[in-house]
Order: sequence, then structure tokens, then C-alpha cells
Amino acid sequence: MSAAVEVRDLVKRYPKRDVNAVDGLSFTVEPGEIFGLLGPNGAGKSTTIGVLTTRVRATSGDATVAGIDVVRDPVAARRLFAVVPQQSNLDRSLTPRQNLAFHAAYHGYPRAERNARAATLLDEFGLAEQADVKVDWYSGGMAQRLMIARAMMHEPRVLFLDEPTTGLDPQSRIFMWERVRDLRSRGVTVVLTTHDMDEAAEMSDRVGIVDHGKLLALDTPAGLTRGVAGQGVLDLSVTPAAGDDTDKLIAALTDVAGVSRGEPVGNNGSIRLYVTAEPETLIGPAVTVLTSRSATVTDVHMGSTTLEDVFIDLTGRALR
Amino acid sequence: MTDVDIRPSEARPSAGRAFRAILWRDVFVTGKEFWVFLAQVALQPLFMLFVFAKVLNAGGYVTDDYAHLLLPGIVALTAFLTALQTVSFPLIMEFSFTREIEDRLLAPLPTYLVAIEKLTLAIVRALASAVVMFPIGALVLGSAPWHADGLTLLVVSLILGSWVGAGIGLALGTMVPPSKISVIFAVILTPLMFTGATQYPWKSLDSMRWFQVVTAFNPLTYLSEVVRAAVVPDVPHIAPWICLLVLTLSGALFTAIGIRGFMRRALS
Repeated sequence: MSAAVEVRDLVKRYPKRDVNAVDGLSFTVEPGEIFGLLGPNGAGKSTTIGVLTTRVRATSGDATVAGIDVVRDPVAARRLFAVVPQQSNLDRSLTPRQNLAFHAAYHGYPRAERNARAATLLDEFGLAEQADVKVDWYSGGMAQRLMIARAMMHEPRVLFLDEPTTGLDPQSRIFMWERVRDLRSRGVTVVLTTHDMDEAAEMSDRVGIVDHGKLLALDTPAGLTRGVAGQGVLDLSVTPAAGDDTDKLIAALTDVAGVSRGEPVGNNGSIRLYVTAEPETLIGPAVTVLTSRSATVTDVHMGSTTLEDVFIDLTGRALR
Repeated sequence: MTDVDIRPSEARPSAGRAFRAILWRDVFVTGKEFWVFLAQVALQPLFMLFVFAKVLNAGGYVTDDYAHLLLPGIVALTAFLTALQTVSFPLIMEFSFTREIEDRLLAPLPTYLVAIEKLTLAIVRALASAVVMFPIGALVLGSAPWHADGLTLLVVSLILGSWVGAGIGLALGTMVPPSKISVIFAVILTPLMFTGATQYPWKSLDSMRWFQVVTAFNPLTYLSEVVRAAVVPDVPHIAPWICLLVLTLSGALFTAIGIRGFMRRALS
């Protein structure tokens, strides 16, 4: 079976811009996968999704969705994918039920079938009670659910979700995650963009981290946290002795076996060590090094590296 | 999950079906808001007719003949402006705040057809408004001019004229940012309305050469002239073939500009 989404050497340069918004991006999404595209604002995620959903013209490179070349045959591709945008683009002249029915009509569904599908999906997304009110009355979470229901009306093979849970309350977020997993179990491939690290780690089978239009890493969430930053982190709050400083302490600490690297956190003397061994086995050796230099340890905190650590490690701390 | 997923779908997507469904969406919404639509298209021309043909006539400032000359001009104006506004204002909103058009842009049909659909709807709505204007006009004036021989010319010219209005609407709707909507009214609509030979026959401007030249650049002038040629042929008018030619050419020109603008907004 061919890839659900394939992007090869994709380049997009907007007119009057010096840099490429997407700069030679390549990745493949397998059928039935939930694929997370992560990156800071302006990293090129939305542009990439724009190309895949036929709304942005690629400058060069190839992109296929469900085996269809989106650049050469956008009309055929539109039958096979659906998009759920971040902001509501529901048709406010229509009721929620009509939003679904007309969407199916655009996709060539006969009347009886589109009404039946609309009823089923409204029920499934918990909107059956409010199916015939004004769309304007919908909360953000309800609008989001309705947009996913609308996307499912024409039975897409690939679903693109742009920041699916931004701004949702925890209940809606959990509901959304369940629905997305449900879609996967029905064989729908899901490509989601997000900068919510928990969401990406929780939802995605694989994650691609993008910045400046380039792919920086691509792996399972577990693989990414293991590969880039070791197994865990050890946070130490330390007051250096007179004549000593944090940088020298870090240098000494990285000599300890099992510590891959260290960095200062904030300006209050906190040190974060990225470790390749179990963090608890390194507390003793680390404290020994510090006490031998007469430094005072005030707090110790162990943790495993998160996707956020990986993300910051790859894309830097600078504000966008 | 549900039986809907198991039963094979009878969906047969095609560009033709998608086009019809999108057109039906717009007609459906027009029907839902029919009274709003009627007020939108009929009120302004109604007042214009009433003041210019009735009130001024009662005061002895205009003759009875003027009313019969004004009504065809007002019908032309109504069709033209209805077409223009049907496309431009919703489009400005749909491309910006509401983004409502996105679902239609992602329907399985070539993107330019979404623009063509807008033009089609505009012509339908403009013709409906023109049809409504005759009885309303007759009601206001007490009688309406009628010339059965001119019916074909009337229909053809109204279709062409609405197309031109729709084309201008498409060009404006894709070029003007939402913050400048009020500017359209002030800078574009008002001059269009008053330089379009709707309230006066073009030939009557012979003594005001400069204004006659100005009005010759407004496509609405040719629509007003040809509608008068069809309804009140006795009033001196520009030859219908010239009017139809100019309307066809300007329809093609503004449609081309509008579709270019539409594609630029729909695809980045």
C-alpha cells in the first residue's frame, strides 16, 4: 500500500520574501498513522499543510496525498482528504446539520445518504441535541467537533488537523483525543500540527519536528526523547562556594560517568543535567562532586526528558 | 462503528455536481433570507422612483413622460447593483473574517468554478430583482411602460448587464480588504450609480459634452440605454448592438480580472 502522505524536497517561497517558508522538506506518513508535525510559529507547518491541502502552490518538490499528486491533480486529491482548521470556518448561514449535509452535497453524496450520515455523525460527536440551532451559538469546542464531523462526511482517507485542541477545555480535549484515535482505528490517517507538546506525545505515533522550513527530527515520541537528550534529567539547585561559579560546577559534573551534558537553568544557580543512566543512580556521585567543591545543594529533582526538552533542544529558546 | 461505514457509499463526486451543490447552497440561503434580499434590492430604487417620478411630478417639476423614462433606467440600475453587491460584499467577508468560503474551495471542483458560481448566482439574483422592479414600479407610478416586441432584447441585455455587474463585484470583492468596505460605497458605488445614464437618456447629454464622455466609460450606461431601447424605444438611445457589444466586452474584461483576483486569494 502506498504512503498516505508523501512530501519530497518540498520548497515554498512566498513572493517578496528572502527566505523559503518551506525549505526542502521531505517526510512520509504511513496509512493509518497519527502523525504529528511540530514546530514553533512560522516554522513552515501551516505552509506544508497548505500545499498538501491544495491551498498553497508549491515552488518546487513533490507532494502526494493518498497516492494523488496534489500539485498536478488537486481536484482528485480533495476527494480523499479533509481539513479541520484551527479557527472556525463553518458556514454561518446554515445550521450545524445543514453544514454537514451541504458539505456532503459538494462531494456528490445523494440526499438520502448525506442526511443519514449527518444524523450519525452529529450523534457520534454529541451534537444531535443542538443540530438545528444557529452555528453562532456554538462554543469553541462544539464548533471544533462540528468541523471534524463535517470533515468525516465525505469519508476522507487522510485528515489534516491544525492545532486541534488549542483553546479547548480539558473535557473537550480528552473527547477530541478519543475521537482522533477512533478515526485511526477506522483506518483514517491523521496528520496534526501542534505546538502542544503533551498533545503531540500523547497522540502521535510519530512526530516530525520542523523549524525554518526544514525537518530537524522524525521519530516516535519515545524515540525522540531517548535519542536527543538521553534518558532523563537531574535538576540541582546549588549555591557555589566563594570563588567558584555555576559554569565550573557544570564542567565538573559532566565528568561524572552517566552525565551527557549540563546547562544552567535561570539565574539562581540551578543546573540541569541530561543523563544517560537512571537519574536516581547519579544523585550520589553528583552531590559528592558538589560537596567536594564546598557547594551547597538545596534541592534535587529527577525527571525524564519530555518532548518539550527535545523541542527546545532542537529549535532553541529564542522567541518567535 | 456504524452501518454508514459498512454500506458502500453512493457518492459520485464530480465537478458538475459540486458546482450545482454550491449554487444550490447560495440559492437556498437567498430563499431563507428572502425578505432581507427583497428589502436590499427593492428599497433604494423604490424611493428613487417615488421621489423622482412621483414627488417631483406632483410639484410640477417633471412630466408624466419622465416616469416612463425613469423606470427602465431604475430596472437597469437595480439589476446591475444587485449583481455587483451579491458578489462583492459576501466575498470580502468570506475571504477574511468568516473564512466560510474555505469549505467550498476544498470541494472537488476546479477553483475557478467557485468564482463562476458566484457570477451565476449574481445573475440569477439580479434577474429576480429586475423582475420584481416592474410590478413595484407600476404600483408606485400607477402604470409601467411595456413593449412586447422588446422582450428578447430586454432579457438578453439584463443577463449581460448583470454579468458585467457581477464581474465588477468579483474584481472588487477580491481586491478590497474588509477594512475598506465603506470606501467601496463612497468612491465606487455612488459614482457608478450616477454616471450610468439611469436617470437620464445618454442622448440628452449632447449639450453637456464632458459629462457625456464620462458616462460613456460606465458600463451601466449601456445597460440603461439598451433597456430603454427595449422598453421605451421612442426615447432616443444608443444603438442596441453597440450596447450589447460593450456589455459583452466589459463582462469578459471584469470576469477575467475578477477570476485572477479570486485565484490569488484562494491559492497562495
